[in-house]
Amino acid sequence: QKVSVEVLDHLEHLALVDFRDSEGVERLQKAIQFADQLHEVNTDAVEPMDSVLEDRCLYLREDDVTEGNCTKDLLENAREKVEEYFVAPPGNIPLPKLEERDTFLQG
Amino acid sequence: MAARGCGGVWRRAWQRGAGGPGPGPGPGPSPRGQRAVACNAKGGEVPAGKSGLAPWIPVVGLEIHAQISSNSKLFSGSQVQFAAPPNSLVSFFDASLPGTLPVLNRRCVEAAVMTGLALNCSINKKSLFDRKHYFYADLPAGYQITQQRVPIAVNGSLSYNLCIDNKMSQMVTKTVRIKQIQLEQDSGKSLHDDTRSQTLVDLNRAGVGLMEVVMEPDMCCGEEAAAAVRELQLILQTIGSSQAVMAEGQLRVDANVSVHHPGEPYGVRTEVKNINSIRFLAKAVDYEIQRQIEELENGGTILNETRAFDSKLGCTVPMRDKEGKQDYRFMPEPNLPPLILYDTKSLPANMNHQQVINIDWIYERLPDLPSVKREKLVEQYGILPEHSFTLLNEDGLAEFFESVVKQTQMKPKKVIGWVLNDLLSYLKQQSLTVKESPVSSFLLADLLNLLEKKEISSSAAKQVLAELWKGEGKTPLEIVKEQKLELLQDQKELEQICQAVIDGQENE
Repeated sequence: QKVSVEVLDHLEHLALVDFRDSEGVERLQKAIQFADQLHEVNTDAVEPMDSVLEDRCLYLREDDVTEGNCTKDLLENAREKVEEYFVAPPGNIPLPKLEERDTFLQG
Repeated sequence: MAARGCGGVWRRAWQRGAGGPGPGPGPGPSPRGQRAVACNAKGGEVPAGKSGLAPWIPVVGLEIHAQISSNSKLFSGSQVQFAAPPNSLVSFFDASLPGTLPVLNRRCVEAAVMTGLALNCSINKKSLFDRKHYFYADLPAGYQITQQRVPIAVNGSLSYNLCIDNKMSQMVTKTVRIKQIQLEQDSGKSLHDDTRSQTLVDLNRAGVGLMEVVMEPDMCCGEEAAAAVRELQLILQTIGSSQAVMAEGQLRVDANVSVHHPGEPYGVRTEVKNINSIRFLAKAVDYEIQRQIEELENGGTILNETRAFDSKLGCTVPMRDKEGKQDYRFMPEPNLPPLILYDTKSLPANMNHQQVINIDWIYERLPDLPSVKREKLVEQYGILPEHSFTLLNEDGLAEFFESVVKQTQMKPKKVIGWVLNDLLSYLKQQSLTVKESPVSSFLLADLLNLLEKKEISSSAAKQVLAELWKGEGKTPLEIVKEQKLELLQDQKELEQICQAVIDGQENE
């Protein structure tokens, strides 16, 4: 069962990944096939497991201030800054629609 | 003050075609000022309007985000503080630098449990964390850690009070169901610089702990929504889980609004955001209800969209930047195992105290909730329910009242009049809080004692209070002497004065 172009386009919008070419899509298909093997196991009445750490306690930290105050370090990697603020575009720039961009998915 | 209840009728507050504004941006509707909003006390069914069209039932649900009152953030050790230099309260985790991991703050969990208990919820002994993915400049990780599958508390209720027909003496209690409470991260702040076409991002708020309280759509108008939020605010402040100051963004409300005809399924709902005060919440909800009714009665449809409330124009407008329905791709947060809470029965024997949260222990230490405090005030002092409502509605007023009562022989039932009618109206006139009052409880008690001992009359007492209000440091007794306000007790002296007046008359 192949992944449809609509789903691939949807994924590219949501995750901003670029499948780039048929090889990228093939890799995705193989990954899905691999995960689908899970369906062969009967999991009726079995609680799904979220994490292999399930029998470990979630560590609780005391409410103390131990971090922060490193503005200079944080801004060091920023390409653009204005008076200790990070600079971003005015709003989200969504991926153009399928028809409007140059991608192999159109083929 | 208690919200006025919904006892009237939904009517079109303006005439179409008579130059009145339609839905959408424009000056607020009602030509007569306050729009008569209503769904009646029975819960929603509204009589047919003048035009003979079928009645409408408005449905209002709320999602409230309350910032947790804690020293540090939900998953990191950076400080929680309002108004600090940009990006100074940000750890590497908050900035989503690679190699950092979330570490849960115990105090935030306790705050959520307290809130759940105060709202009569079932606390989930096992709750889970998830990632909610979306892109925005103030969300550096590209996802928010929240509790989508199994939140920390579910199925609670909140009772609040409304006055019917503007009469405080006719208060009715309503209840709204709490669907759930979940722990989640706050995002950073975006400052839009339209002139330079850029957004400035401050991550100080990114990662601060939030409790999202989801209320079922049990409300039917702005006043109900406002009253419910006000009560929630008082509860949060009383138990201390959040300071809930809306002006500082510690309490944010999104309203979900729809309308439908009785007997028909719920209509399409819109979400209204950007509501900055309880007053605006009532306006925004009422405007949106009115807008939807107008739209539908004119044959239009309601879009399932997000709208923002424009407080200057008094209306809701579609929000830009919301591209259709979002797919958040929820997934379990792989770095956090389930959160396990205990009660006295299930307490593990050999675990480190600091790692254990005992729900029963927290429950036993909950302070009296506002509703309980009100009942106690009524019982202890013989005041009316609406009095105790007002006492709790002003920060510090109940304590002030009790302090005066302690220091005076005057009966509480009489003291309350002085506190609510005189003191409070002075405070309101000058927009002062109880803490800022130039008249302390000691001074007021002193004044009331003079009145109680019949050394001055009631009208003289009012004069003295006006003088005390100037805050010049004089005592009530000093003012009474200065202005010669003492009641004359001496019979002979009174006779002399009366005689002099009569004599004066005869001479004319």
